[in-house]
Amino acid sequence: MERMIVSMQDPDMGIKMRNQRLLITVIPHAMTGNDIVEWLIQKYGISEEESLHLGNLIVKHGYIYPLKDPRSLVLRADESPYRFQTPYFWTSTKWPATELDYAIYLAKKNIRKQGDLIEHEKDNYNLLHKRINHTWDFVVMQAREQLRAAKQRRKGDRIVIDCQEQAYWLVNRPPVSAGRGGGLDPHSRPRPGQRGWGRRGSPPALSMVLSLQPGAPNVLEQGPERRNCHTTRVQLTKNMDYYKREIEYCRKAMARTRVKSSICLEGYIKFNEQYVPHDPIMSGCLPSNPWITDDTTYWAMNAPTVTTPTKLRVERWGFNFSELINDPLGRAQLLEFLKKEFSAENLSFWEACEELRYGEQSRIAEIVDSIYQQFLAPGATRWVNIDSKTMERTLEGIKTPHRYVMDDAQMHIYMLMKKDSYPRFLKSDLYKNLLAEAVIPPETKKRVFPFMRKQRHSSPSPALLLPAGDAEEKSRSPSTAPVPEEES
Amino acid sequence: MATEGLHENETLASLKSEAESLKGKLEEERAKLHDVELHQVAERVEALGQFVMKTRRTLKGHGNKVLCMDWCKDKRRIVSSSQDGKVIVWDSFTTNKEHAVTMPCTWVMACAYAPSGCAIACGGLDNKCSVYPLTFEKNENMAAKKKSVAMHTNYLSACSFTNSDMQILTASGDGTCALWDVESGQLLQSFHGHGADVLCLDLAPSETGNTFVSGGCDKKAMVWDMRTGQCVQSFETHDSDINSVRYYPSGDAFASGSDDATCRLYDLRADREVAIYSKESIIFGASSVDFSLSGRLLFAGYNDYTINVWDVLKGSRVSILFGHENRVSTLRVSPDGTAFCSGSWDHTLRIWA
Repeated sequence: MERMIVSMQDPDMGIKMRNQRLLITVIPHAMTGNDIVEWLIQKYGISEEESLHLGNLIVKHGYIYPLKDPRSLVLRADESPYRFQTPYFWTSTKWPATELDYAIYLAKKNIRKQGDLIEHEKDNYNLLHKRINHTWDFVVMQAREQLRAAKQRRKGDRIVIDCQEQAYWLVNRPPVSAGRGGGLDPHSRPRPGQRGWGRRGSPPALSMVLSLQPGAPNVLEQGPERRNCHTTRVQLTKNMDYYKREIEYCRKAMARTRVKSSICLEGYIKFNEQYVPHDPIMSGCLPSNPWITDDTTYWAMNAPTVTTPTKLRVERWGFNFSELINDPLGRAQLLEFLKKEFSAENLSFWEACEELRYGEQSRIAEIVDSIYQQFLAPGATRWVNIDSKTMERTLEGIKTPHRYVMDDAQMHIYMLMKKDSYPRFLKSDLYKNLLAEAVIPPETKKRVFPFMRKQRHSSPSPALLLPAGDAEEKSRSPSTAPVPEEES
Repeated sequence: MATEGLHENETLASLKSEAESLKGKLEEERAKLHDVELHQVAERVEALGQFVMKTRRTLKGHGNKVLCMDWCKDKRRIVSSSQDGKVIVWDSFTTNKEHAVTMPCTWVMACAYAPSGCAIACGGLDNKCSVYPLTFEKNENMAAKKKSVAMHTNYLSACSFTNSDMQILTASGDGTCALWDVESGQLLQSFHGHGADVLCLDLAPSETGNTFVSGGCDKKAMVWDMRTGQCVQSFETHDSDINSVRYYPSGDAFASGSDDATCRLYDLRADREVAIYSKESIIFGASSVDFSLSGRLLFAGYNDYTINVWDVLKGSRVSILFGHENRVSTLRVSPDGTAFCSGSWDHTLRIWA
């Protein structure tokens, strides 16, 4: 953000600053809200809305402050005057905003306004008074000194300095947590020198009472502290082991096959062509997008198991084998086809292997055995045809069953289905009929009274569909999508 | 003794220089096959027209910053978690809350919906990932059936079920990722290699289903083999923490969003970064990214409260969406691609379509 601010202040390309009038006083080196918005639009080629949003964030972070109505850190795209905050007060300088400084500031205000402070400032003032009572004399003395020095200055400068300070404290007002011992948490400053604004600071364990200003987000609020793993075992000590690993990794990486960029990128173009018509956000969906029209027909028509699938869905099965096998309806159709070709056991075998890979650790031996009995044992009822080498390896591996013991065999069968059965499936009458019978839902006609919202029906939760015991059963089978049964 | 120390230093220095020179050679190798840029190839693709997306639902109910969310496979339910420890399951279509759990810790930064729709997983500052089966029984307290699955030595930043309810993949501030068996809580595989907190992960949609990508505070995105625990590829081009990684729908690439205010696309077969999505006017970090169904659009939520929509192929920004009143912390596209959901520090979630 600071780079942006610096370029804004550039004498040639930056915002043109003039003397602005604030009521009767003339303020030098100021600009109007409008100037800021216009400059942002010009420099970054963005819209007015975006420019206003960005400008507002700059003001909220305290880099620009308003001269009129300085209590509200808001950018107005009109003639209101603004000024750049002096770098001394930038939030990234690790200038610790101590309670003492804040107390002095409030004391000054108190004296000047003769006790008429705003609500939260009053609260803070009282809290601080209680907390650092011992130095209160010092606080009041400092406040008086600063006020006296200020009286020497010109009115214009005084206003500027007041606004500067006010803006600074609005942004940085340290959290005054009543009753907690100690002063400001030393970790709440953002780390300096970083370009991004994601530096984390405050340990979340201390639930801090943050600024009492209601509504507006505290821009200095951070998430939980990062990189504290330096204190735990992942200290990346750059010792010999580390470099040895790096070297090994590099060697392996050098050896890997890479594909030319042109080929990879062509892949995206092709993928894009194929899938864009299926992308509801890009191409809309028929009959209508449920989120826009509150009509859930689209979901009902595309439910995992439905009697007549939509055309788009059936077409998608033709894109590649994984589209077919990952769609429950597609998989069922594939099974039908394989039955005709007397190779249905392939799909069943693959499904059983998936169950092994993603199943519970405790059932591994049981599942491996079941697979062996059904598919691999000599004379098994649903014997699968794997090449002898793979079969040998698998049978050997079964002796010490583990989650990935069937991987080779599973891959072999998967490839068989993909390279052999799948192309035939696409050419088959079964598939052709599916395409012919698939429905193209008509587009929902625009409602006559668009402001009348259609009633939004709820659907049964997938967690409800089965009684508790069966829910366990259901959660065992991998990748089955829950069936949202719709009321038609 | 002194001479021994010297000898060790020399070997250390020589190893270091060897590693560095190899790294340089690797970069050269990678660059050799880079014969064209994405936006050049994308020139012949039709430009996108006017783009209009609006908030269609606003989910209010969290009393504090929303940190994470995930969709259920039924395309309408979501689970979301927040700073105050509350995890809520919503039917976002009707905006009804269906379940709510209060975790014993604050900053629940990770949550995930099980593929069956019957359970959720969540975790955060408690360094654990817990699985809660979803129940509608009136007299049953959801917290009663809670299973503590993962144990890390630092905060949990991300979690995801694999293809079934029985395995969970987690990422943590302790610099590691891990694969767990839900039922027994057993550690199946751990993944070491990041030099700092791991902030995000995503499972590959590939046919073989064996890899996942993770991003961390060490500015690296690493691709792992789930079986062996080895890092198979690594990319280090970001200038700051990587907050979010997401695979391109085809599985051949992935996108990342970072605190350096850019999103980048990395191709796995070409083994390099192929696109950068950035704009001078975007100066805040990207916290969360996701692709539309076809992969043509990349939605990215930023810390400046906005969501930018990028044309993945042409590299340009298509649209900027306003609406949230504080940082956007999480963003996911629905399973059927009809909408996406964004969660923010302004305590709300929004569904956009």
